[in-house]
Amino acid sequence: MLAADIQVAQTAVFWILAIPMALSAIGVVTTKNVVHAALYLVVVLAGGAGQFILLGQEFVAWVQVLVYIGAVIVLFLFGIMLTRAPMHPKESLDNDLRWPGMVVAVFLVGVLSALLIDTFGDDKIELVAPTRTDEVTNEIFRTYIIPFEVVGILLLGALIGAVVLARKD
Amino acid sequence: MFFLDNAWLVPLIPALSFVVILLFGKRMPFKGSEMGIAAVGASFVLACGAAVQWIQRVGDAEEGGTEHAFGAFGAFGRSIGRIGEEATEGEHGPIVESVHNSFTWFQNGGIDLHVGIQIDGLSVMMMFVVTLISLLVHVYSVDYMKGDRRFTYFYAALSLFTASMLLLVVADNTLMLLVGWELVGVCSFMLIGHWWEEKPNSDAAIKAFLTTRTGDVGLLCGVIMTYFVVQQGTGTGSFNIEALNASAAGYLNPVSGTLLFWCAAALLLAIIGKSGQFPLHTWLPDAMAGPTPVSALIHAATMVVAGVYLGARVYPVFYEGLNIGEANINLMAAVGGITVLIGAALAFVQDDIKKVLAYSTISQLGYMVMALGVGAWTAAIFHLFTHAFFKALLFLAAGSVSHSGAHHSFDMKKDMGGLRKYMPQTYVTFIIGTAALMGIFPLAGFWSKDEILLGASEGDYTLFLVVGAVGALMTAAYMTRCIYLTFFGEYRGGDHAHATPHVDEAEHQPDEDDRLPDHGHHGGPHESNRWILAPLWVLAAFSVFAGFFNATWFDIEKFTEWTAPNAEVFVELQHHEFDVLLALISTAIALFGAALAYAYYWRGLGPQRLSERNGLARTGKQFLVNKYYLDVLYTDVIVAFVKGPLARATYWVNQNVIDNVLNYAGKGAMVFGRFTYDVLDQKVVDGAVNGIGTITDSAGSEVRKIQTGRLQFYAFMLVLAVGVFALALWIAA
Amino acid sequence: MLLNQFLLLSAFLFGTGIYGVLTRKHAVLVLMSIELMLAAVNINLVAFGAFRGGEVAVVGQVFALFVLTIAAAEVGVGLAIVLLIYRNSHSADLDDVDSMKG
Repeated sequence: MLAADIQVAQTAVFWILAIPMALSAIGVVTTKNVVHAALYLVVVLAGGAGQFILLGQEFVAWVQVLVYIGAVIVLFLFGIMLTRAPMHPKESLDNDLRWPGMVVAVFLVGVLSALLIDTFGDDKIELVAPTRTDEVTNEIFRTYIIPFEVVGILLLGALIGAVVLARKD
Repeated sequence: MFFLDNAWLVPLIPALSFVVILLFGKRMPFKGSEMGIAAVGASFVLACGAAVQWIQRVGDAEEGGTEHAFGAFGAFGRSIGRIGEEATEGEHGPIVESVHNSFTWFQNGGIDLHVGIQIDGLSVMMMFVVTLISLLVHVYSVDYMKGDRRFTYFYAALSLFTASMLLLVVADNTLMLLVGWELVGVCSFMLIGHWWEEKPNSDAAIKAFLTTRTGDVGLLCGVIMTYFVVQQGTGTGSFNIEALNASAAGYLNPVSGTLLFWCAAALLLAIIGKSGQFPLHTWLPDAMAGPTPVSALIHAATMVVAGVYLGARVYPVFYEGLNIGEANINLMAAVGGITVLIGAALAFVQDDIKKVLAYSTISQLGYMVMALGVGAWTAAIFHLFTHAFFKALLFLAAGSVSHSGAHHSFDMKKDMGGLRKYMPQTYVTFIIGTAALMGIFPLAGFWSKDEILLGASEGDYTLFLVVGAVGALMTAAYMTRCIYLTFFGEYRGGDHAHATPHVDEAEHQPDEDDRLPDHGHHGGPHESNRWILAPLWVLAAFSVFAGFFNATWFDIEKFTEWTAPNAEVFVELQHHEFDVLLALISTAIALFGAALAYAYYWRGLGPQRLSERNGLARTGKQFLVNKYYLDVLYTDVIVAFVKGPLARATYWVNQNVIDNVLNYAGKGAMVFGRFTYDVLDQKVVDGAVNGIGTITDSAGSEVRKIQTGRLQFYAFMLVLAVGVFALALWIAA
Repeated sequence: MLLNQFLLLSAFLFGTGIYGVLTRKHAVLVLMSIELMLAAVNINLVAFGAFRGGEVAVVGQVFALFVLTIAAAEVGVGLAIVLLIYRNSHSADLDDVDSMKG
């Protein structure tokens, strides 16, 4: 296949993935139904995983699917259930900061975008080959071993903390 | 040289006698009079001794060249005629230095004050005159003041006066002279007001004192200025008279002409006050309220001539300051000339014999000052010398007339007349005195007055020659009038044989011990006793013979010689040859004046009782009787102005202006204080302080609203800040 | 592929997440928005890693992994806190949590 064709294919895939992601993201923050919000989040995360694969980072893509979508979203759903979040509310779920929030978010996005376009212009990503898992793990267990351990401890702490906090006394 | 070196004894002895009489006089057998006579007698002897020694000294100088005692000015001497040189006209005799004896009394910051004596011809002459006349007055007062209420204090005051006058004449610096001057002024005040229980007497005493005090302002200023004249002349200031004369005469460093003029003017003011010149002569006639011996001693012979003495003593100041040698009119001569005429004019309208003599004294003092003013220095002091004798004589004779002939009254028209029959000796002596005063040859007054006229004519002061001549005419006329009213005609005092005594005299109180000489009993007019007559004859003798000391017609110039000042420190004095023509003319004028009066009074010729018929004449007479309204001017205009409107105006200024300034200052401070409190403190300062608090509070309240407590709001803030920072950093980069 | 695609997508997601954090009343929804933001960051990291290529490509992944892990831990603890809030005040509405209001 020609390089140009690959480029086109990659760009198409990107856009196919990006549009739903964007729309779903908007959906997360605007929907009245909390469960729908969680599901929209699933779409966004899945799309994210797709982007990873597009970028050749397969390991992190599947980890995202497993952990994020598999565990975190489930956790969210449990939280929704336990806090009896209104699933069919009559009024909106937004507070009175809608317009300031909108303005500020747009502003921030605008600044960022301008900055990014200005900085990175037409830089291209050259893909040679997808990275292999063993490269990733080698990196983790050699260079980044200490952060790894620390993250382990952090998870432990989080686990204990969550248990303690949520106990019924 | 004993008498000359120790001439300080001459004032000292009467001063001690003053103290002794004051303390012990009442217990003495003769109530202090013997102490006074003894003391003044001793001073007189010393003064005669000094005179003799001085004459010897002058004689020695003539024979042996210049006689130098101690003196600082030998090196600067100008030689005037030495033995062997041709004496040209205008030059006289060798240099004879005066005798000095002084000690330093006080030194402070470069100023040395000395107490000392300077004896030369002038001071010897003055000592002689003062002690002689004082002695005669002391003797005269034994009978005249017998039984007086304050006999002892009278003698004490006389002694003090004598001591003060002698201090004045022997002083070698102007400060001592000032001290003596003031002391004689005080003694005059005491003696004029001897019978102060009667108000006119005390008024007269105060008037005399204050009027002479007015002149003393000039003396004080003048004395201060003399210090600076000496400073300019010699380099170091001092009050020494010889230094002053040398500086003023121009023998040392040049002295500013302006300073000399003002010094002379100030001292001239002093002379005007003390010697009764116009316009401060008004005190002299009123001073006749004192006892007659006092008038004779003080207001005829000695105190009033202190001014003339001052003028003679520091003559170079006047000579150079008023330009006597070069002009033909100057301030001093003008003052003297005016005084001659006004004094003589006023003597015509007096009824009181002592007042006639007082105005005559004023007139004669005018002659002396005029003589100094025209440059006739020797003539002036010679006239002082002779005048002392015949004027004292006239006063004492008038006293004799009043005491024994007119029941202690001095009013000629009411109580006298025809007394030559009753009081022949007094009459004769009075005539002698009058003749001397009129200037009849060869009595004393002739020689002295003639020299004055000669000085005026030779010095180009022709105006004053005329004034002197006219004055002589008037003198003769009023004295003749006086003689007529007193000694001729009918005795008019008969109705007052037992009347109450005149206010001028005290009642005679019977003395318990009555050791004083027997006093003639009241009755008709009679001659006085020998205590009174003896001094009269002594003075008459002097009036006749004193003139011969300087009888220039006979080439006798002893007086000039003996009183010639030390030429090294004095200006050059002119001496003139005797002018026979002038002498004849002046004698003729005097006789003419006497003749006029004779015709008017004895023969009744001329316009008798003119003032009763003619309005203009009456106005003129009133003008004279009121003494030119000068007293009115002084008392009612000047003094009343100061007491009245001026004092009131000053009070008004004080109350309304000065007090108001203070009041408004106070009020202003109060208003300002209130303003500061109300506005500045309460509103501005407190407002600012409160405002800061309020602002802080409001700001805080506003800012506090950020703390909503809501998490999402904080997050919003955070994101907003981040966005802004990002933008800023991006733009900056 | 342009790098910027991924970065802009990431920025968009990030902004949306911010909007959600600021706007949503319910605490769980806020947590979801945070997750959205973290996902955006992950995309960013990986994109940069891929852009650099070579050795660094791996580092991007590694970082993304760590972020993922921590995100998970954070959600766990966050939900526990939300539960506690719900238990105390029977409402998970963040507007009611304003006792720090000054």
